[in-house]
Amino acid sequence: MYATTIRGTSYRFPDLKTLMAKATPLRSGDCLAGIAATSAAERVAAQMALADLPLSVFLNEALVPYEEDEVTRLILDGHDRNAFGPIASLTVGEFRDWLLSDAVDEDALAAVTFGLTPEMVAAVSKLCRNQDLILIAAKRRVVTKFRDTLGLRGRLSSRIQPNHPTDDARGVLASAIDGLLLGNGDAVIGVNPASDSPEQCYELLSLLDELRETLSIPTQSCVLAHVTTTLQLIERRAPVDLVFQSIAGTQAANTSFGIDLAVLRESREAALALRRGTIGDNVMYFETGQGSALSANAHWNCDQQTLEARAYGVARMFDPLLVNTVVGFIGPEYLFDGKQITRAALEDHFCGKLLGLPMGCDVCYTNHAEADQNDMDDLLTLLAVAGVNYVMGVPGADDIMLNYQSTSYHDVLAVRRMLNLAPAPEFAQWLADVGLTDARGELQPLALPASFAPLLERA
Amino acid sequence: MADDRPTLLDKMAILRSATPARIFLPRAGAALTTRATLDFQLAHAEARDAVEERLDADLLFNELTSRGLTAIRVKSAARDRRSFLLRPDLGRKLDDDSREHLKALAGDYDLAFVIAEGLSARAIARHAIPVLEKAQQSLGQTSLKIAPIVLAEQGRVALGDDIGETLGARLVAVFIGERPGLSSPDSMGVYLTFAPRVGRTDAERNCLSNIRPQGLSYADAAHKLIYLCNEARRRQLTGVDLKDEASTLPSGERRAIDAKS
Repeated sequence: MYATTIRGTSYRFPDLKTLMAKATPLRSGDCLAGIAATSAAERVAAQMALADLPLSVFLNEALVPYEEDEVTRLILDGHDRNAFGPIASLTVGEFRDWLLSDAVDEDALAAVTFGLTPEMVAAVSKLCRNQDLILIAAKRRVVTKFRDTLGLRGRLSSRIQPNHPTDDARGVLASAIDGLLLGNGDAVIGVNPASDSPEQCYELLSLLDELRETLSIPTQSCVLAHVTTTLQLIERRAPVDLVFQSIAGTQAANTSFGIDLAVLRESREAALALRRGTIGDNVMYFETGQGSALSANAHWNCDQQTLEARAYGVARMFDPLLVNTVVGFIGPEYLFDGKQITRAALEDHFCGKLLGLPMGCDVCYTNHAEADQNDMDDLLTLLAVAGVNYVMGVPGADDIMLNYQSTSYHDVLAVRRMLNLAPAPEFAQWLADVGLTDARGELQPLALPASFAPLLERA
Repeated sequence: MADDRPTLLDKMAILRSATPARIFLPRAGAALTTRATLDFQLAHAEARDAVEERLDADLLFNELTSRGLTAIRVKSAARDRRSFLLRPDLGRKLDDDSREHLKALAGDYDLAFVIAEGLSARAIARHAIPVLEKAQQSLGQTSLKIAPIVLAEQGRVALGDDIGETLGARLVAVFIGERPGLSSPDSMGVYLTFAPRVGRTDAERNCLSNIRPQGLSYADAAHKLIYLCNEARRRQLTGVDLKDEASTLPSGERRAIDAKS
């Protein structure tokens, strides 16, 4: 039982997961689950009670039962008591002040990474204003490598997402070339296949690999098929750079995705054995998003933000190159409007970074949510200030296969210019070498490098 | 002598035609040009309007009955658009009056058609009757017992489970407006569920999506739907174990069917 009294009114919270849910800033998914605070005052009361809890309470009271959930076991069994040392005596509220304090720098944050559990970072995020989430996350960089270096300070990378409704090879190629001509694609060139058919995925992988080889681009490609499909393709010697999988924060939600921790381990081993990375071996690519556990009725009455942080607890055990919260994708029953989407994205980025993950974000919304491109402009700028590793580049911000809106190749250019950010160093060098950028790193207005000619011959 | 070989820019124009994606957009510095920006705004506005639009159920009901079809009207438990968007559980459930109404019509039906606006009333207003008519033409040659057509307001896909169970239908086909994309504000989906009952999962349904003249044609959609109905009845199941192996119609046959409408 947790309780707090405000001006004579007492608020009671029967257990830790109820307290966490009630302390969460308003969002439609927690209302749908029936676990949100029932008044604005109750929400603050929960935040006050949460602020007074020692961080160590999360090591003693599991929100999802240890015996019934392998994600809980992964998190608690993987907890590093030594790393926890510097913050072991703090309450959640004191932890927020510690994170914000000038004495705590990047090295201090890196040192406590594996002393933190997802529930601890979720809890402290609930006490943070948006500005705090940005200020703290901006301290923390997480650098990963495969064929280029992602996550360095002063850099913003992007994924080219050249989707096509029927996986048409020429359509995908055209879309990818568009992204490269606009200086995008250093995080990954990654297609969401319209079909999970192994044949189709094999063809897409070969197409992207040929594109990368022809132009000698220091980046990686990915076909975002189910992990079991990718495993089959690795056995057939398809050119797989990264293993992709959507993951969630409970075992039951992962089961609904058709995965468990064992298959993630198996796929990582298989991808490592291919030895395709040239400067690093981060071979995994995960996508997540608040609401997926509730959507699968696998949420254990926990709030969706805490479960999202638990998905990061899964991700970090696999040394991923990229982790992407697809923040506004599922729909308004989980995140209702631009305000909720923005808040969720900043929380996700903050929690992921504190847990040591190379966080990217698909800044996005669907047409039945109360959001528009102005909200995306705002969020993209905030995330770039917070030091997000990468964002999406979708042609004209309109994904014609998944029917949602994201950020465009142009948007990435605009943010790089406004905040003086550059692509990954290896990729920036390539852009200069092929003549796409000038001496200052600015994109040439009408550059069409001769090296692209062999590709265009296919048209 | 003039060189008439295509230039790289010509080839890019050819590539441009390879996808409906918004590629090779002109830029003004690090932003889109005015024209490209307004084009996007218009597409978004159309998609937004499609979500907000409500089905003119009177009109659709009259169109159905004027074609000699028996139709009945029901509502989900979602009272307004906001609760429909925020409470998917309500959109999956009949309201009490509607359930009583349907109970009175319960019978021994092989197949029930449900038409629900979902997230795009426009899709339903445009495409439901043409696909339904083509499907019924094919079914006319069979002895299937078909329930009155159920016209449902504020319905989600799983409302078909409640309707099918209440009516006593062995198979339910839900025609529903899909979430509008910028390039497709009026796509219709059809979900087929064998032995509908409350609690069925999405893995137990088959889905035909992107039904519109620019996507899956009316004739192909009806053809695939009838194929799936026949296979579902033969194998007594729908869902992940029932793969769509229907070939699309040969183009000559497609023209013949389209000419009838």
